[in-house]
Amino acid sequence: MRHAPKPDVKQDEALTVLGLESSCDETAASVLRRYADGRVEILSNIVASQDEEHRPFGGVVPEIAARAHMRKIEPILAKAVKSSGVSWDDLDGIAATAGPGLIGGVITGLMSAKGLAMALNKPLIAVNHLEGHALSPRLTEDCAFPYLLLLVSGGHSQLLSVTGLGEYERLGSTVDDAAGEAFDKTAKVMGLGFPGGPKVQSWAERGNPKAIKFPRPMKGRDHADFSFAGLKTAVARAWDASDKTDTAKADIAASFQRAMTDTMLDRVGRAITLYRNATGDTGRARLVVAGGVAANTELRAGLKTMAATRNFDFIAPPLKFCGDNAAMIALAGAERLAAGITDGYDAPARPRWPLDKDAAANAPKSGHGKKGPKS
Amino acid sequence: MDQFTPQNEAEMLALGARLGGALEAGDTVALIGDLGAGKTTLARGLVQAVLPQEVVPSPTYTLVQAYDLPEFTLLHCDLYRLEHPDEAYEIGLIDAMGEDVCLIEWPDRLGPHLPQDAMIIDIKFEGDGRVVSLRGWGNRHV
Repeated sequence: MRHAPKPDVKQDEALTVLGLESSCDETAASVLRRYADGRVEILSNIVASQDEEHRPFGGVVPEIAARAHMRKIEPILAKAVKSSGVSWDDLDGIAATAGPGLIGGVITGLMSAKGLAMALNKPLIAVNHLEGHALSPRLTEDCAFPYLLLLVSGGHSQLLSVTGLGEYERLGSTVDDAAGEAFDKTAKVMGLGFPGGPKVQSWAERGNPKAIKFPRPMKGRDHADFSFAGLKTAVARAWDASDKTDTAKADIAASFQRAMTDTMLDRVGRAITLYRNATGDTGRARLVVAGGVAANTELRAGLKTMAATRNFDFIAPPLKFCGDNAAMIALAGAERLAAGITDGYDAPARPRWPLDKDAAANAPKSGHGKKGPKS
Repeated sequence: MDQFTPQNEAEMLALGARLGGALEAGDTVALIGDLGAGKTTLARGLVQAVLPQEVVPSPTYTLVQAYDLPEFTLLHCDLYRLEHPDEAYEIGLIDAMGEDVCLIEWPDRLGPHLPQDAMIIDIKFEGDGRVVSLRGWGNRHV
Protein backbone atom coordinates (compact mmCIF):
# COMPACT_ATOMS: atom_id res chain seq x y z
CA MET A 1 0.00 0.00 0.00
CA ARG A 2 1.17 3.49 -0.86
CA HIS A 3 1.81 5.78 2.08
CA ALA A 4 -0.02 9.04 2.47
CA PRO A 5 2.24 12.03 1.92
CA LYS A 6 3.26 14.07 4.93
CA PRO A 7 2.32 17.73 4.87
CA ASP A 8 4.87 20.20 3.64
CA VAL A 9 3.73 23.07 5.82
CA LYS A 10 5.22 26.51 5.78
CA GLN A 11 3.72 28.37 8.71
CA ASP A 12 3.40 31.68 6.91
CA GLU A 13 1.32 30.18 4.14
CA ALA A 14 -2.38 29.55 3.92
CA LEU A 15 -3.70 25.99 3.77
CA THR A 16 -6.58 25.13 1.47
CA VAL A 17 -8.55 22.07 2.55
CA LEU A 18 -11.53 20.17 1.19
CA GLY A 19 -13.79 18.76 3.91
CA LEU A 20 -16.43 16.02 3.68
CA GLU A 21 -19.22 15.32 6.15
CA SER A 22 -21.54 12.31 5.88
CA SER A 23 -21.79 10.89 9.39
CA CYS A 24 -25.54 11.28 9.77
CA ASP A 25 -28.25 12.61 7.53
CA GLU A 26 -26.43 15.35 5.66
CA THR A 27 -24.08 14.87 2.76
CA ALA A 28 -21.86 17.94 2.68
CA ALA A 29 -18.61 19.27 1.23
CA SER A 30 -16.69 22.51 1.76
CA VAL A 31 -13.46 24.14 0.68
CA LEU A 32 -11.83 26.63 3.02
CA ARG A 33 -8.56 28.46 3.35
CA ARG A 34 -6.97 28.88 6.75
CA TYR A 35 -4.17 31.40 7.20
CA ALA A 36 -1.29 30.91 9.60
CA ASP A 37 -2.73 33.57 11.92
CA GLY A 38 -5.97 31.56 12.25
CA ARG A 39 -8.09 33.64 9.87
CA VAL A 40 -10.51 31.51 7.87
CA GLU A 41 -12.00 32.07 4.44
CA ILE A 42 -14.87 29.74 3.54
CA LEU A 43 -14.62 29.36 -0.23
CA SER A 44 -17.60 27.01 -0.61
CA ASN A 45 -20.02 25.23 1.70
CA ILE A 46 -22.49 22.81 0.14
CA VAL A 47 -25.04 20.85 2.19
CA ALA A 48 -27.58 18.47 0.66
CA SER A 49 -30.20 18.78 3.35
CA GLN A 50 -32.98 16.26 3.37
CA ASP A 51 -35.42 18.08 5.61
CA GLU A 52 -38.00 18.26 2.83
CA GLU A 53 -37.91 14.49 2.43
CA HIS A 54 -38.31 13.84 6.15
CA ARG A 55 -41.71 15.35 6.70
CA PRO A 56 -43.89 12.27 6.14
CA PHE A 57 -42.00 10.34 8.81
CA GLY A 58 -42.12 12.71 11.77
CA GLY A 59 -38.46 12.04 12.36
CA VAL A 60 -35.12 11.97 10.68
CA VAL A 61 -34.86 9.53 7.84
CA PRO A 62 -31.41 8.05 8.21
CA GLU A 63 -28.95 7.82 5.43
CA ILE A 64 -27.82 4.60 7.00
CA ALA A 65 -27.86 3.39 3.48
CA ALA A 66 -24.41 4.19 2.20
CA ARG A 67 -25.86 4.26 -1.29
CA ALA A 68 -27.85 7.42 -0.53
CA HIS A 69 -24.69 9.27 0.49
CA MET A 70 -22.88 7.68 -2.43
CA ARG A 71 -25.43 9.05 -4.85
CA LYS A 72 -24.94 12.57 -3.56
CA ILE A 73 -21.31 12.77 -2.59
CA GLU A 74 -19.73 12.97 -6.03
CA PRO A 75 -21.84 15.84 -7.40
CA ILE A 76 -21.53 17.68 -4.10
CA LEU A 77 -17.75 17.28 -4.07
CA ALA A 78 -17.50 18.55 -7.61
CA LYS A 79 -19.76 21.49 -6.82
CA ALA A 80 -17.83 22.41 -3.67
CA VAL A 81 -14.51 22.51 -5.52
CA LYS A 82 -15.87 24.20 -8.64
CA SER A 83 -17.69 26.96 -6.77
CA SER A 84 -14.69 27.57 -4.49
CA GLY A 85 -12.66 28.91 -7.40
CA VAL A 86 -9.64 26.74 -6.60
CA SER A 87 -8.43 23.78 -8.62
CA TRP A 88 -8.03 20.24 -7.33
CA ASP A 89 -4.27 20.78 -7.46
CA ASP A 90 -4.52 23.85 -5.20
CA LEU A 91 -5.80 21.71 -2.32
CA ASP A 92 -3.31 21.11 0.47
CA GLY A 93 -5.28 18.28 2.06
CA ILE A 94 -8.49 16.27 2.07
CA ALA A 95 -10.42 15.98 5.35
CA ALA A 96 -13.39 13.74 6.08
CA THR A 97 -15.45 12.77 9.08
CA ALA A 98 -14.23 9.34 10.23
CA GLY A 99 -16.75 9.05 13.09
CA PRO A 100 -18.68 8.91 15.32
CA GLY A 101 -21.87 8.31 13.40
CA LEU A 102 -23.79 5.93 11.21
CA ILE A 103 -21.31 3.52 9.78
CA GLY A 104 -22.62 3.47 6.20
CA GLY A 105 -22.41 7.22 5.83
CA VAL A 106 -19.03 7.54 7.54
CA ILE A 107 -17.48 4.88 5.31
CA THR A 108 -18.80 6.53 2.15
CA GLY A 109 -17.32 9.93 3.01
CA LEU A 110 -14.05 8.57 4.32
CA MET A 111 -13.52 6.26 1.34
CA SER A 112 -14.26 9.08 -1.08
CA ALA A 113 -11.70 11.25 0.73
CA LYS A 114 -9.13 8.46 0.65
CA GLY A 115 -9.70 7.94 -3.07
CA LEU A 116 -9.26 11.64 -3.76
CA ALA A 117 -6.21 11.94 -1.53
CA MET A 118 -4.54 9.02 -3.29
CA ALA A 119 -5.42 10.19 -6.77
CA LEU A 120 -4.23 13.75 -6.08
CA ASN A 121 -1.33 12.64 -3.85
CA LYS A 122 -2.50 14.89 -1.00
CA PRO A 123 -2.49 14.34 2.77
CA LEU A 124 -5.60 12.79 4.33
CA ILE A 125 -7.03 14.03 7.62
CA ALA A 126 -9.55 11.74 9.39
CA VAL A 127 -11.63 14.08 11.53
CA ASN A 128 -13.72 13.38 14.60
CA HIS A 129 -17.17 14.86 13.88
CA LEU A 130 -17.34 16.17 17.45
CA GLU A 131 -14.03 17.99 16.98
CA GLY A 132 -15.59 19.70 13.98
CA HIS A 133 -18.41 20.98 16.19
CA ALA A 134 -15.96 21.88 18.94
CA LEU A 135 -13.93 24.06 16.56
CA SER A 136 -16.93 25.47 14.66
CA PRO A 137 -16.91 28.88 16.43
CA ARG A 138 -13.43 29.41 14.96
CA LEU A 139 -14.94 29.40 11.46
CA THR A 140 -16.33 32.88 11.89
CA GLU A 141 -15.03 34.24 15.21
CA ASP A 142 -11.66 35.03 16.64
CA CYS A 143 -12.22 32.42 19.33
CA ALA A 144 -8.93 31.56 21.00
CA PHE A 145 -8.38 28.54 23.25
CA PRO A 146 -9.38 27.79 25.94
CA TYR A 147 -13.17 27.86 26.04
CA LEU A 148 -16.11 26.05 27.57
CA LEU A 149 -18.25 24.35 24.94
CA LEU A 150 -21.90 23.28 25.16
CA LEU A 151 -22.45 20.86 22.28
CA VAL A 152 -26.12 20.01 21.85
CA SER A 153 -27.44 18.27 18.74
CA GLY A 154 -29.68 15.42 17.63
CA GLY A 155 -27.12 12.82 18.56
CA HIS A 156 -24.91 14.48 21.18
CA SER A 157 -25.17 16.49 24.39
CA GLN A 158 -21.86 17.33 26.00
CA LEU A 159 -20.07 19.99 27.99
CA LEU A 160 -16.40 20.15 27.06
CA SER A 161 -13.42 22.10 28.23
CA VAL A 162 -11.52 22.93 25.02
CA THR A 163 -7.94 23.89 25.86
CA GLY A 164 -6.27 23.37 22.48
CA LEU A 165 -6.42 21.46 19.23
CA GLY A 166 -7.06 17.82 20.20
CA GLU A 167 -7.33 18.79 23.86
CA TYR A 168 -10.85 18.24 25.08
CA GLU A 169 -12.00 17.32 28.54
CA ARG A 170 -15.57 16.15 28.97
CA LEU A 171 -17.14 17.87 31.96
CA GLY A 172 -20.55 16.28 31.38
CA SER A 173 -22.64 14.38 28.86
CA THR A 174 -26.09 12.86 28.53
CA VAL A 175 -26.74 9.56 30.25
CA ASP A 176 -29.66 8.74 27.94
CA ASP A 177 -31.25 10.83 25.16
CA ALA A 178 -29.59 13.75 23.37
CA ALA A 179 -31.15 17.21 23.68
CA GLY A 180 -32.11 17.34 20.01
CA GLU A 181 -33.71 13.93 20.31
CA ALA A 182 -35.93 15.25 23.12
CA PHE A 183 -37.09 18.08 20.82
CA ASP A 184 -37.66 15.68 17.91
CA LYS A 185 -39.61 13.22 20.04
CA THR A 186 -41.73 15.94 21.64
CA ALA A 187 -42.63 17.16 18.16
CA LYS A 188 -43.39 13.61 17.10
CA VAL A 189 -45.64 12.86 20.09
CA MET A 190 -47.80 15.88 19.29
CA GLY A 191 -47.57 15.52 15.51
CA LEU A 192 -45.89 18.91 15.05
CA GLY A 193 -43.76 17.75 12.13
CA PHE A 194 -40.08 17.78 11.34
CA PRO A 195 -37.54 19.13 12.11
CA GLY A 196 -38.65 18.99 15.74
CA GLY A 197 -36.55 21.84 17.13
CA PRO A 198 -37.97 24.70 15.03
CA LYS A 199 -41.50 23.23 15.23
CA VAL A 200 -41.46 23.04 19.02
CA GLN A 201 -39.99 26.53 19.20
CA SER A 202 -42.67 28.07 16.99
CA TRP A 203 -45.52 26.37 18.91
CA ALA A 204 -43.88 27.39 22.19
CA GLU A 205 -44.10 31.05 21.19
CA ARG A 206 -47.90 30.79 21.40
CA GLY A 207 -48.02 28.85 24.68
CA ASN A 208 -47.68 29.35 28.41
CA PRO A 209 -44.31 28.03 29.65
CA LYS A 210 -45.75 27.63 33.16
CA ALA A 211 -48.85 25.70 32.11
CA ILE A 212 -47.33 22.33 32.94
CA LYS A 213 -44.75 21.59 35.58
CA PHE A 214 -42.29 19.29 33.79
CA PRO A 215 -39.34 17.75 35.63
CA ARG A 216 -35.87 19.34 35.48
CA PRO A 217 -33.72 16.20 35.26
CA MET A 218 -30.33 16.35 37.02
CA LYS A 219 -30.95 19.93 38.21
CA GLY A 220 -28.81 20.78 41.23
CA ARG A 221 -26.50 17.77 40.91
CA ASP A 222 -22.77 18.20 41.54
CA HIS A 223 -21.71 16.79 38.18
CA ALA A 224 -22.52 18.35 34.80
CA ASP A 225 -24.31 15.39 33.18
CA PHE A 226 -27.63 15.61 31.36
CA SER A 227 -30.66 13.31 31.28
CA PHE A 228 -33.60 13.91 28.99
CA ALA A 229 -35.44 10.56 28.86
CA GLY A 230 -37.66 11.34 31.86
CA LEU A 231 -38.67 14.67 30.39
CA LYS A 232 -39.63 12.99 27.14
CA THR A 233 -41.80 10.53 29.08
CA ALA A 234 -43.45 13.38 30.97
CA VAL A 235 -44.30 15.09 27.68
CA ALA A 236 -45.86 11.89 26.34
CA ARG A 237 -47.98 11.55 29.49
CA ALA A 238 -49.03 15.21 29.45
CA TRP A 239 -50.07 14.93 25.81
CA ASP A 240 -52.10 11.77 26.54
CA ALA A 241 -53.87 13.52 29.39
CA SER A 242 -54.56 16.71 27.43
CA ASP A 243 -57.58 17.65 25.31
CA LYS A 244 -55.22 17.72 22.28
CA THR A 245 -56.28 21.21 21.20
CA ASP A 246 -53.90 23.76 19.67
CA THR A 247 -53.77 25.45 23.08
CA ALA A 248 -52.62 22.18 24.64
CA LYS A 249 -49.97 21.79 21.93
CA ALA A 250 -48.68 25.32 22.47
CA ASP A 251 -48.68 25.01 26.28
CA ILE A 252 -46.90 21.64 26.27
CA ALA A 253 -44.36 22.91 23.72
CA ALA A 254 -43.73 26.08 25.77
CA SER A 255 -43.50 24.22 29.08
CA PHE A 256 -41.23 21.58 27.56
CA GLN A 257 -38.94 24.17 26.02
CA ARG A 258 -38.73 26.03 29.34
CA ALA A 259 -37.86 22.78 31.15
CA MET A 260 -35.16 22.01 28.55
CA THR A 261 -33.71 25.50 28.83
CA ASP A 262 -33.78 25.49 32.64
CA THR A 263 -32.11 22.08 32.74
CA MET A 264 -29.42 22.97 30.23
CA LEU A 265 -28.68 26.29 31.94
CA ASP A 266 -28.40 24.55 35.31
CA ARG A 267 -25.93 22.06 33.83
CA VAL A 268 -23.94 24.82 32.09
CA GLY A 269 -23.83 26.74 35.37
CA ARG A 270 -22.38 23.68 37.05
CA ALA A 271 -19.91 23.16 34.20
CA ILE A 272 -18.75 26.78 34.52
CA THR A 273 -17.75 26.07 38.11
CA LEU A 274 -15.98 22.86 37.10
CA TYR A 275 -14.27 24.70 34.24
CA ARG A 276 -13.08 27.49 36.53
CA ASN A 277 -11.73 24.94 38.98
CA ALA A 278 -10.03 22.87 36.27
CA THR A 279 -8.38 25.76 34.43
CA GLY A 280 -7.74 27.97 37.43
CA ASP A 281 -8.94 30.79 35.20
CA THR A 282 -10.92 33.37 37.17
CA GLY A 283 -10.78 36.16 34.59
CA ARG A 284 -12.90 36.83 31.53
CA ALA A 285 -13.56 33.47 29.83
CA ARG A 286 -15.47 32.20 26.77
CA LEU A 287 -18.66 30.13 26.61
CA VAL A 288 -19.42 28.62 23.20
CA VAL A 289 -22.56 26.81 22.07
CA ALA A 290 -22.55 24.51 19.02
CA GLY A 291 -24.73 21.82 17.45
CA GLY A 292 -28.23 21.97 15.97
CA VAL A 293 -29.98 22.76 19.27
CA ALA A 294 -27.85 25.91 19.47
CA ALA A 295 -30.36 27.34 17.01
CA ASN A 296 -33.00 27.53 19.77
CA THR A 297 -33.54 31.19 20.62
CA GLU A 298 -34.72 30.65 24.21
CA LEU A 299 -31.58 28.63 24.95
CA ARG A 300 -29.37 31.24 23.29
CA ALA A 301 -30.96 34.05 25.27
CA GLY A 302 -30.54 32.12 28.53
CA LEU A 303 -26.92 31.29 27.77
CA LYS A 304 -26.15 34.89 26.91
CA THR A 305 -27.53 36.08 30.25
CA MET A 306 -25.77 33.37 32.19
CA ALA A 307 -22.46 34.09 30.42
CA ALA A 308 -22.70 37.78 31.32
CA THR A 309 -23.40 37.11 35.01
CA ARG A 310 -20.53 34.62 35.27
CA ASN A 311 -17.97 36.86 33.50
CA PHE A 312 -17.94 34.91 30.22
CA ASP A 313 -18.13 36.14 26.64
CA PHE A 314 -20.85 34.24 24.81
CA ILE A 315 -20.08 32.96 21.31
CA ALA A 316 -22.54 31.18 19.05
CA PRO A 317 -21.72 30.24 15.47
CA PRO A 318 -24.11 31.44 12.75
CA LEU A 319 -27.08 29.07 12.37
CA LYS A 320 -25.73 27.48 9.19
CA PHE A 321 -22.67 26.29 11.10
CA CYS A 322 -24.64 25.02 14.12
CA GLY A 323 -26.01 21.95 12.38
CA ASP A 324 -23.91 19.34 10.63
CA ASN A 325 -21.80 20.93 7.92
CA ALA A 326 -18.57 20.27 6.06
CA ALA A 327 -16.89 23.63 6.70
CA MET A 328 -16.27 22.62 10.32
CA ILE A 329 -14.69 19.36 9.11
CA ALA A 330 -12.49 21.25 6.64
CA LEU A 331 -11.45 23.60 9.45
CA ALA A 332 -10.59 20.74 11.81
CA GLY A 333 -8.61 19.24 8.91
CA ALA A 334 -6.79 22.51 8.23
CA GLU A 335 -5.93 23.03 11.91
CA ARG A 336 -4.58 19.49 12.18
CA LEU A 337 -2.67 19.85 8.93
CA ALA A 338 -1.12 23.10 10.17
CA ALA A 339 -0.02 21.22 13.29
CA GLY A 340 1.54 18.49 11.12
CA ILE A 341 -1.07 15.87 12.03
CA THR A 342 -2.28 13.67 9.19
CA ASP A 343 -3.61 10.13 8.82
CA GLY A 344 -2.66 7.11 6.77
CA TYR A 345 -4.82 5.74 3.99
CA ASP A 346 -5.76 2.92 6.36
CA ALA A 347 -7.48 5.29 8.83
CA PRO A 348 -10.51 3.40 10.15
CA ALA A 349 -14.15 4.49 10.23
CA ARG A 350 -15.18 4.66 13.88
CA PRO A 351 -18.90 4.50 14.70
CA ARG A 352 -18.09 5.21 18.35
CA TRP A 353 -15.34 7.74 18.95
CA PRO A 354 -15.35 9.78 22.15
CA LEU A 355 -13.62 13.12 21.86
CA ASP A 356 -11.93 13.34 25.23
CA LYS A 357 -8.59 11.63 25.61
CA ASP A 358 -9.37 9.51 28.67
CA ALA A 359 -12.44 8.02 27.10
CA ALA A 360 -10.73 7.68 23.75
CA ALA A 361 -7.89 5.66 25.27
CA ASN A 362 -10.40 3.03 26.43
CA ALA A 363 -12.54 3.15 23.32
CA PRO A 364 -12.79 0.52 20.62
CA LYS A 365 -10.92 1.51 17.49
CA SER A 366 -13.29 -0.09 15.04
CA GLY A 367 -16.60 -1.68 14.38
CA HIS A 368 -18.94 -2.86 17.07
CA GLY A 369 -17.88 -2.71 20.69
CA LYS A 370 -14.42 -4.08 21.35
CA LYS A 371 -14.52 -6.68 18.64
CA GLY A 372 -12.20 -6.71 15.68
CA PRO A 373 -12.63 -4.81 12.44
CA LYS A 374 -14.54 -7.65 10.80
CA SER A 375 -17.38 -7.65 13.30
CA MET B 1 -47.08 -15.55 30.19
CA ASP B 2 -44.80 -13.78 32.61
CA GLN B 3 -45.80 -10.33 33.75
CA PHE B 4 -43.96 -7.76 35.84
CA THR B 5 -45.13 -4.43 37.19
CA PRO B 6 -42.18 -2.11 37.78
CA GLN B 7 -43.40 1.03 39.53
CA ASN B 8 -40.38 3.28 39.00
CA GLU B 9 -37.07 3.64 37.20
CA ALA B 10 -35.14 1.62 39.80
CA GLU B 11 -37.53 -1.30 39.43
CA MET B 12 -37.32 -1.10 35.63
CA LEU B 13 -33.50 -1.19 35.84
CA ALA B 14 -33.70 -4.20 38.16
CA LEU B 15 -36.07 -5.98 35.77
CA GLY B 16 -33.66 -5.31 32.89
CA ALA B 17 -30.87 -6.92 34.90
CA ARG B 18 -33.06 -9.94 35.63
CA LEU B 19 -34.11 -10.42 32.00
CA GLY B 20 -30.49 -10.09 30.91
CA GLY B 21 -29.60 -13.03 33.14
CA ALA B 22 -32.00 -15.23 31.19
CA LEU B 23 -30.66 -14.36 27.73
CA GLU B 24 -28.25 -16.43 25.66
CA ALA B 25 -26.06 -15.62 22.68
CA GLY B 26 -28.14 -15.77 19.50
CA ASP B 27 -31.39 -14.54 21.06
CA THR B 28 -33.42 -11.98 19.17
CA VAL B 29 -35.66 -9.94 21.45
CA ALA B 30 -38.36 -7.57 20.22
CA LEU B 31 -38.74 -4.68 22.66
CA ILE B 32 -42.15 -3.08 22.29
CA GLY B 33 -43.53 -0.01 24.04
CA ASP B 34 -44.68 3.55 23.39
CA LEU B 35 -42.33 6.48 23.47
CA GLY B 36 -41.30 7.10 27.07
CA ALA B 37 -42.40 3.68 28.29
CA GLY B 38 -38.90 2.83 29.47
CA LYS B 39 -37.39 0.68 26.70
CA THR B 40 -33.95 2.26 26.95
CA THR B 41 -34.14 2.20 30.76
CA LEU B 42 -34.72 -1.55 30.66
CA ALA B 43 -31.77 -1.98 28.28
CA ARG B 44 -29.63 0.14 30.59
CA GLY B 45 -30.51 -2.08 33.54
CA LEU B 46 -29.51 -5.11 31.50
CA VAL B 47 -26.13 -3.67 30.51
CA GLN B 48 -25.24 -1.97 33.77
CA ALA B 49 -25.95 -5.11 35.80
CA VAL B 50 -22.72 -6.50 34.36
CA LEU B 51 -20.92 -3.31 33.26
CA PRO B 52 -21.84 -0.75 35.93
CA GLN B 53 -19.75 2.08 34.42
CA GLU B 54 -21.12 1.71 30.88
CA VAL B 55 -23.10 4.66 29.52
CA VAL B 56 -26.21 3.36 27.76
CA PRO B 57 -27.61 6.13 25.58
CA SER B 58 -30.70 5.96 23.43
CA PRO B 59 -29.88 4.25 20.12
CA THR B 60 -32.31 6.44 18.16
CA TYR B 61 -29.57 8.45 16.47
CA THR B 62 -26.98 5.76 15.92
CA LEU B 63 -29.57 3.01 15.24
CA VAL B 64 -27.33 0.43 16.90
CA GLN B 65 -25.32 0.51 20.14
CA ALA B 66 -23.12 -2.52 20.74
CA TYR B 67 -21.96 -3.74 24.15
CA ASP B 68 -19.51 -6.55 24.83
CA LEU B 69 -21.00 -8.22 27.88
CA PRO B 70 -19.29 -11.15 29.62
CA GLU B 71 -21.76 -13.75 28.30
CA PHE B 72 -22.58 -12.30 24.90
CA THR B 73 -22.39 -9.24 22.68
CA LEU B 74 -25.54 -7.15 22.93
CA LEU B 75 -26.78 -5.08 20.02
CA HIS B 76 -29.30 -2.54 21.26
CA CYS B 77 -31.14 -1.30 18.18
CA ASP B 78 -33.75 1.35 17.50
CA LEU B 79 -35.12 0.77 14.02
CA TYR B 80 -37.59 3.66 14.07
CA ARG B 81 -35.60 5.50 11.45
CA LEU B 82 -35.38 2.58 9.02
CA GLU B 83 -37.16 3.24 5.76
CA HIS B 84 -37.00 -0.28 4.37
CA PRO B 85 -36.50 -3.65 6.09
CA ASP B 86 -33.49 -4.39 3.84
CA GLU B 87 -31.60 -1.50 5.43
CA ALA B 88 -31.16 -3.85 8.40
CA TYR B 89 -28.48 -5.55 6.27
CA GLU B 90 -26.56 -2.30 6.01
CA ILE B 91 -26.34 -1.77 9.76
CA GLY B 92 -25.12 -5.33 10.19
CA LEU B 93 -28.21 -6.49 12.05
CA ILE B 94 -29.17 -9.38 9.80
CA ASP B 95 -25.66 -10.84 10.06
CA ALA B 96 -25.68 -10.46 13.84
CA MET B 97 -29.04 -12.17 14.40
CA GLY B 98 -28.58 -15.72 15.62
CA GLU B 99 -25.07 -14.92 16.80
CA ASP B 100 -25.29 -11.93 19.14
CA VAL B 101 -28.18 -10.92 21.39
CA CYS B 102 -30.23 -8.43 19.39
CA LEU B 103 -32.52 -6.27 21.51
CA ILE B 104 -34.68 -4.47 18.99
CA GLU B 105 -36.89 -1.44 19.50
CA TRP B 106 -39.46 -0.87 16.72
CA PRO B 107 -39.08 -4.48 15.51
CA ASP B 108 -41.98 -4.04 13.05
CA ARG B 109 -39.53 -2.08 10.85
CA LEU B 110 -37.77 -5.40 10.18
CA GLY B 111 -40.80 -6.77 8.33
CA PRO B 112 -40.04 -10.27 7.08
CA HIS B 113 -36.55 -10.21 8.60
CA LEU B 114 -37.91 -10.49 12.16
CA PRO B 115 -37.51 -14.16 13.15
CA GLN B 116 -40.77 -15.99 13.84
CA ASP B 117 -39.40 -17.21 17.16
CA ALA B 118 -38.27 -13.79 18.39
CA MET B 119 -38.77 -13.32 22.12
CA ILE B 120 -41.00 -10.40 23.02
CA ILE B 121 -40.84 -7.82 25.81
CA ASP B 122 -43.94 -5.63 25.76
CA ILE B 123 -44.07 -2.55 28.01
CA LYS B 124 -47.37 -0.77 28.63
CA PHE B 125 -48.27 2.22 30.77
CA GLU B 126 -50.50 1.47 33.76
CA GLY B 127 -51.13 4.39 36.06
CA ASP B 128 -47.71 5.75 37.00
CA GLY B 129 -46.17 2.30 36.67
CA ARG B 130 -45.71 -0.14 33.82
CA VAL B 131 -46.81 -3.63 32.93
CA VAL B 132 -44.05 -5.63 31.27
CA SER B 133 -45.21 -8.81 29.52
CA LEU B 134 -42.95 -11.54 28.17
CA ARG B 135 -44.07 -13.69 25.27
CA GLY B 136 -42.22 -16.47 23.47
CA TRP B 137 -39.70 -16.91 26.27
CA GLY B 138 -40.54 -20.64 26.47
CA ASN B 139 -38.99 -22.26 29.49
CA ARG B 140 -36.35 -19.55 30.06
CA HIS B 141 -36.03 -19.02 33.77
CA VAL B 142 -36.52 -15.35 34.54
